[in-house]
Amino acid sequence: MALLRINQLGKHFGGLHAVSDVSFSLKEGAIKAVIGPNGAGKTTLFNLISGVLSPTSGEVLFHGKAIQGFKPYRIAGLGVARTFQNIKMFAGMTALENVMVGRHVRSGAGFVASMLRTPACRREEVAIRRKSMELLDFLGIADCAEIEATSLAFGQQRAVELARALALEPTLLLLDEPAAGLNIYETAEVGRLITRIRDLGVTVLLVEHDMSLVMEISDEIVVLSFGQKIAEGLPTEIQRNPEVIKVYLGE
Amino acid sequence: MTVELFIQYLVAGITYGSIYAIVAIGFNIIYNTTGIINFAQGEFVMLGGMLSITFLQLLPLPAAIALAVLCTMAIGAAIEMLFIRWLVNPGVLRMIIITIGLSILIREAALHIWGDNVHSLPYFIGNEVSTIAVLGARVSPQVLWVIGVCALMVVFLNVFFQATSVGREMRACAANRTAAILCGIDTRNMVTLSFVLSAGIGALAGAVMSPITYTQYDIGTGLAIKGFTVAILGGLGNSLAAVAAGLLLGIIEAFSVSIVPLAFQDAISIAILLVILFVRPHGLFGSSAAAGLKEF
Amino acid sequence: MKLKNLALLPLLAVIVLVQLLCSWTDSVFYLTQLTMSAYYSLLIIGLCVLMGYAGQISLGHAGFFAIGGYLSAALTTRNLVPFQDQFCVRLLDAAGCLTAGQDIYGEALLVVTPWAACVIAVLTAAVVAFLLGIPVLKLKGHYLAMATLGFGIIIYRIVLASSYFGEADGISGVPGFTLLPGLSVSGDFSNRAANYYIAWGFLLLAMLLLRNLIDSRVGRGLRAIHGSSEAADAMGVDTARFKLHTFVLSAILAAIAGVLLTHYNGGIGPSEASIMKSVRYVAIVAVGGMANLWGALIMGVILNFLSLRGLFGSYDDAVFGLILILIMLFAPGGILNLRFGGLRLLPNLIAKRKREGN
Repeated sequence: MALLRINQLGKHFGGLHAVSDVSFSLKEGAIKAVIGPNGAGKTTLFNLISGVLSPTSGEVLFHGKAIQGFKPYRIAGLGVARTFQNIKMFAGMTALENVMVGRHVRSGAGFVASMLRTPACRREEVAIRRKSMELLDFLGIADCAEIEATSLAFGQQRAVELARALALEPTLLLLDEPAAGLNIYETAEVGRLITRIRDLGVTVLLVEHDMSLVMEISDEIVVLSFGQKIAEGLPTEIQRNPEVIKVYLGE
Repeated sequence: MTVELFIQYLVAGITYGSIYAIVAIGFNIIYNTTGIINFAQGEFVMLGGMLSITFLQLLPLPAAIALAVLCTMAIGAAIEMLFIRWLVNPGVLRMIIITIGLSILIREAALHIWGDNVHSLPYFIGNEVSTIAVLGARVSPQVLWVIGVCALMVVFLNVFFQATSVGREMRACAANRTAAILCGIDTRNMVTLSFVLSAGIGALAGAVMSPITYTQYDIGTGLAIKGFTVAILGGLGNSLAAVAAGLLLGIIEAFSVSIVPLAFQDAISIAILLVILFVRPHGLFGSSAAAGLKEF
Repeated sequence: MKLKNLALLPLLAVIVLVQLLCSWTDSVFYLTQLTMSAYYSLLIIGLCVLMGYAGQISLGHAGFFAIGGYLSAALTTRNLVPFQDQFCVRLLDAAGCLTAGQDIYGEALLVVTPWAACVIAVLTAAVVAFLLGIPVLKLKGHYLAMATLGFGIIIYRIVLASSYFGEADGISGVPGFTLLPGLSVSGDFSNRAANYYIAWGFLLLAMLLLRNLIDSRVGRGLRAIHGSSEAADAMGVDTARFKLHTFVLSAILAAIAGVLLTHYNGGIGPSEASIMKSVRYVAIVAVGGMANLWGALIMGVILNFLSLRGLFGSYDDAVFGLILILIMLFAPGGILNLRFGGLRLLPNLIAKRKREGN
């Protein structure tokens, strides 16, 4: 069964059809990329899936259950994590604390337990800290743990954001341009990282501009143009698709 | 309720309502050019009344009021130049706290200058007991002064914003500050001017209302809350709607006297404010429609 | 006990030292104002969590203080003898929440016990905060400020206008509150030192709990909302619920402060519910540096103590207005963060503690 199924999804802002009638599905354990020229509606699509926006029409099925229109925190609670195109760190918190926030839905201490620092709460806190350190280690930035996140280098912030998303133990990971602003070496590194994340059993949906990265790691590709799906298929098929070539290179 | 009583309530409502409308317009003028809600708006009204009363000891009434209005305008300008002008990108919270602090300082200064007694200007025409007949009801001529002056101010502001180049520049600044700067408008001076205007209309309203509502050092907070209620009711930034909303609130308050104990009268407008904020919070958050109405 | 909570030990030492100093130098009268300052600071550190960490301004916290103080005052002084047969009163009686006695004229007096009154008062404040918070916390900026200000004014009007709450005179003759046998919150001179320790005990306890809260899953969630609410949402933090719970928590602390201070003073007046008080609390949190519990605590004690000592005379409110403006103009990060040519005027306590803790 498909982990995520998008059914005739549409989002209109007044007269602007940012996304219209888009359908595709995502197999468990796959890496799927959404590509398209600027303004094709890729980020809007992400916002619809993650609950930042609610669709005008259509549905988003996660594990076969409709989740469109849910609040973002509820969708996160179902195991959908995301990163942002322009990195959003929690200012005033260390890299480690940023990742620890990612453990939020996987832990449960409430106001009273937190204030009283109950034994259960303390054990949970130790577990959160250990798991978060592991993730920083996994991404190779363990030595940045105690540094304030916003003062890290750009690439390191990307890594922290990724660690934070992974801390949620997502079944579906949405990556919004994970290679934006990175050089070719870093981009290749990100590619290897995404493959490793997939190998951990996480299904990945990504928006990306870097074609070499997309072609290398994706199992399947969806192409959007002006809010509509114009092609879907394997990377090799997409590369040969005349419609896609037209959109990218012009007539 | 007899017709006479009904009209009496109605006139009282319109009188207070026009004052609330002027306070709301004061909020709107500053909000439009700066995005700030000036919590010290009510204090301008208080200052207008108090200064007029003080100057009356030396000058004839019209001159005393004129001087009081000018002084309040100068205070408005001074506030903007000392506390607002040089702040780079202050957050909303910071601006709220600064204007609240200013309102406290002005109020406390007034307390030390004029004491906590109730003061008032004499009636402009006649005295407390003189009345004129309006549709069979007897009302004080001062009521007509209040309504008339407030109406004139609304007309004046309308003409100012529509027909003068300075008024148009202020509207440009409200619509799009960056674009206004690029067009060569000195937006900083526009902000100062908005404080001066707000202070001026508040002070004038404070002077004409003084004979009937009295002036005390602490009337500002109540007026600010009511003015804000009216501004929100009409849609923040929309001053013509504020006039309608002001009259509405004034009339509701006036008629509520027959139902609700006087002591709880303030609570009515606050309850209205809370309900409006709760029921339509998003519609009131500077929506695009409201921004389109950002003119007088 | 975690190492970082040891940071409270120096404070404990200071508390004891001050008490000893006061009794050696024969100036125990200072303890009265220090006790009152501690209760006000209880409210202030709660407000600090709401403003600094959850990022929500409240200009109505004196309202919650008043709900606590006024309800416990009214319940423990208003005679229930005329209502003896009513269901509520009988229910309270059956629950052992009433105490009989005689008033100064020898008439039969039936009032609610301080413990029951305290529970009722604090619960009422919590429920009001919850019901008010649901719509209010959806608002932002000016709207939130005005809505909470409106709430504060309504409470002020209610206590000023109802004879049950004593109108302009307030309520006096509030009995002491026996927390435990031999430990009573009251204004008796013989109890001065004990009350000083009770008040500071509450403040220390609240400080401990709130510090735990800030450095927990919940606290990280709150700080994340402040850092980037969009990303906090994406990480599954239910921002609306967290803000609401923090609002209720701060209201509970305010109400507890109100209850205890009212029993300590033996009464409460309408000025405790006034807007100026709410503004003063906001001012103190701002001076302390918003997201800085230590700053709020220290400034809360110092400024309240100076104000209660009458140092500002008739310029009391003006001083707080001026403080607000000066801090917001020149040191929006709080007075502990004030720098002169790169040098901190005062050491930033919380940052240092944080590093020690980790």
